Amino acid sequence: MSEAVIPAEALVPRLATGRQKLFRRVLKNPMAVVSLVILALVVLSAVFAGQITGWDPGRADLNDALAPPFGEHLLGADASGRDVLARLYFGARVSLVGALIALSTALAIGIPTGLIAGYFQGWFDSLSSWFASLLMAMPGLIVVLALISVIGPGMVGVMVTFGALLSPGVFRLTRSGVVSVRRELYIDAAKVSGLSDYRIISRHVLGVIRAPLVIQASMIAGIAIVLQAGLEFLGVGDSSTASWGQMLSEAFTNIYVAPTMILWPGLIIGITVGSLAIFGAALRDTVQGAEPVRRVRRRSLPVEEKATTRRLDLSTAATAAVIAPRDGGHEDLEPNDALLVVRDLRVGYPQQDGSETIVVDGVSLHVDRGEVLGLVGESGSGKSQTAFSILGLLPDTGAILGGAISFAGRTIASADGQARGAAALRGRQFGYIPQEPMSNLDPSFTLGFQLVEPMRHILGLSRPAAKTKALELLDRVGIADPRRTFDAYPHEVSGGMAQRVLIAGAVACDPELLIADEPTTALDVTVQAEVLDLLRGLQRERKMAMIMVTHNFGVVADICDRVAVMQAGRLVEQAEALELFDDPHNPYTRMLLSSTLEDTEPRAARSSHATSSRGTAR
Amino acid sequence: MIDDATAVEAPLLTISGLEVEFPVKGWRRPPFTALKGVSLDILPGETMGLVGESGSGKTTIGRAVLGLAPIKAGSITFDGQDTTRLSRRERRSLSADIQVVFQDPYTSLNPAMTIGDILAEPLLTSGIERVAARDRIRELLDQVNLPADAVDRLPREFSGGQRQRVAIARALALRPRLIVCDEPVSALDLSTQARVLDLFIDIQEQTGVAYLFVSHDLSVVRHISHRVAVMYRGEIVETGDAAAVTGAPTHPYTQRLLMAAPVPHPRRQAVRRSERHALLASQRAADAASEAVG
Repeated sequence: MSEAVIPAEALVPRLATGRQKLFRRVLKNPMAVVSLVILALVVLSAVFAGQITGWDPGRADLNDALAPPFGEHLLGADASGRDVLARLYFGARVSLVGALIALSTALAIGIPTGLIAGYFQGWFDSLSSWFASLLMAMPGLIVVLALISVIGPGMVGVMVTFGALLSPGVFRLTRSGVVSVRRELYIDAAKVSGLSDYRIISRHVLGVIRAPLVIQASMIAGIAIVLQAGLEFLGVGDSSTASWGQMLSEAFTNIYVAPTMILWPGLIIGITVGSLAIFGAALRDTVQGAEPVRRVRRRSLPVEEKATTRRLDLSTAATAAVIAPRDGGHEDLEPNDALLVVRDLRVGYPQQDGSETIVVDGVSLHVDRGEVLGLVGESGSGKSQTAFSILGLLPDTGAILGGAISFAGRTIASADGQARGAAALRGRQFGYIPQEPMSNLDPSFTLGFQLVEPMRHILGLSRPAAKTKALELLDRVGIADPRRTFDAYPHEVSGGMAQRVLIAGAVACDPELLIADEPTTALDVTVQAEVLDLLRGLQRERKMAMIMVTHNFGVVADICDRVAVMQAGRLVEQAEALELFDDPHNPYTRMLLSSTLEDTEPRAARSSHATSSRGTAR
Repeated sequence: MIDDATAVEAPLLTISGLEVEFPVKGWRRPPFTALKGVSLDILPGETMGLVGESGSGKTTIGRAVLGLAPIKAGSITFDGQDTTRLSRRERRSLSADIQVVFQDPYTSLNPAMTIGDILAEPLLTSGIERVAARDRIRELLDQVNLPADAVDRLPREFSGGQRQRVAIARALALRPRLIVCDEPVSALDLSTQARVLDLFIDIQEQTGVAYLFVSHDLSVVRHISHRVAVMYRGEIVETGDAAAVTGAPTHPYTQRLLMAAPVPHPRRQAVRRSERHALLASQRAADAASEAVG
């Protein structure tokens, strides 16, 4: 079992950014660096306030009252003649300690409860979620003001209370993070490995919620600083120590005499809170951009991006070197009645560094009227990309870089981007059947609505006429009770039923070409056989041409007239179905055909091993 | 290696009358019964194939054996020990004997951990020294044909087939006697699938481990199993020698399943298709007749 001969499984080149820790990636973001530097300066000036200024923040000197800035006092002096800069330094202590108290309280309450509720669920989850909702519904400032009137204006009590009021945010975030990972298979694998709950949480769960928690923490710290300054501004704080809010309040009373004085505390509060928010945002961007593909692409992909495209660039790079010479890839003789002709198609994804990841490389094929062409290959072979190119549904980040596609004699796509006919053909001449029936139906509309709308739009039918036609189609695709299915929502039907509904929709407007992208892969084998029977029947009675994209040679044998085999973006072999199965020319095709297990002997018959014979003896 | 003398020994795993119910969300909704009294046994070193369509309960059997499904009734006995209801602590001591390989190699490995950390986890948990664990990891990677430098890499640097090899290595780490394989090749490409199946067979022949091999694909099950059980709607409808069950099944559902799998050759598939249509017609006629009698 040698890996050397296996292109698809060859080791993927190591990603440059693969093992970089999150923090080092954050440091590459200039916004994060600037905000971190500012926050560090604020913290340092608070810690070393006594060393960096010669002024005592509490020493009043009426001679200096309301002294202007840039004189003896760098930022001037307040109404009592106290140095503003010194009071800013010392005031930072109050703000930061206050924020720290509120933050620690929120995290100390929110994280453990969120972990327990999310991981173990049950009654604790219900109770704590209910309690979190209650806390969130309480008006925070009023609770804090009421508390101050009871326990007095001590900063610790106020900030602890405020932290408790902010803890539901942490609780919810932790809980939802845990809930989303506890169903992951690697958590099950850890349980089977015998890890205790404590170790599973600390090793597998905490890592997932760490980054979102840091983001949330930066928000909480910012809110706490603002709230604390607000309370001091209202005069409910401790007036004996300098604080930013108190400075704001004093500056406000002297705003007509010394208008610049309100600037300094205002600026420092704004800059500190802003830095916290920007740091949170930068961290969020880094976390969300963690997937390698997103960082190398020019624009982010649409949400419905296929999983196969994500893997493509990796496997293509690895396999490019081992592509066998082409065998029958080119077709110079195109019959005149070809419905669809693809000539030298090249599809690629431009990369950030200016290079291109080629996923379809020089593919030429044609589909005649009434013919079924099988497009076969493994994941990363470019078969779906070819189909999407024909449909004109490549993601925004991909582009046709060479060649042309023409339908019924008219060019519908080319490298220069001039011909853009595919959109007008979709739903009229092109029908499309997707791989995942459920994710291609909108869960918020009935199946009937989703069938009727395109018919009204494209065929211009009235609503009752479209409904009649939809019911006929549902009956034709073998749905036992069309009326009930018409009124059903997607979640109320099985995967096989959903695929029948999508087939009904695909043929509703009598397309000349039906493109089916792995239409039976997500279905059970008994349902697959029925769906193939249905497709064959529809194809014959409507004399449609069809492209069947699949990895399953059984499906190819069942329905296809002609077969094109793709490997790593290239077409390696094209032949009549019978010819291909009887006498495959290309080594890759031969390898694929020999990998099918349908014809293999049962294990007992292959091996005379003791374990095997024992199995048969029973 | 196991010799013929052990052929008459007691089964490694015995499942009898197993019932599993999942609670359904909503006030006083009846629970969903995934397994309706299933009985099954596996011998040491044997592969028991479990085949059925989605929702038939085949995955639930595997999860019940692993202690990951809520068991309502029945019993599971491993090597003479009743493992139906074990505490987490007792289950932990069993983890050296029963392991798992899941279907999806993309979510069964923690994306934030290196392959070395993933493989070290079960070893260190069971109290093996760090140095000994490192040697064992090298041995495991060699056993599943992965390069030794895989230790420092992350799962996303590997293809699906390679990730599944990592998952197999993790399952083998503690030298288990039974591995539950939950559709381990159905997410893989055709050529990769064949090679990973051969790896499973090689490992079984080297180590004498038993497999409970869950799959929806009759041909995969035929390739790897000594015996096969067919599941349909929470029940086992047919059990027996792999060649018999996958070649000449007796239960109508197994017959339908066999006939539905397409043959990779156009002419033979045409024959298979007409056989299937004939079978369906005869089964329908038989159903109608039994209804008329009833």
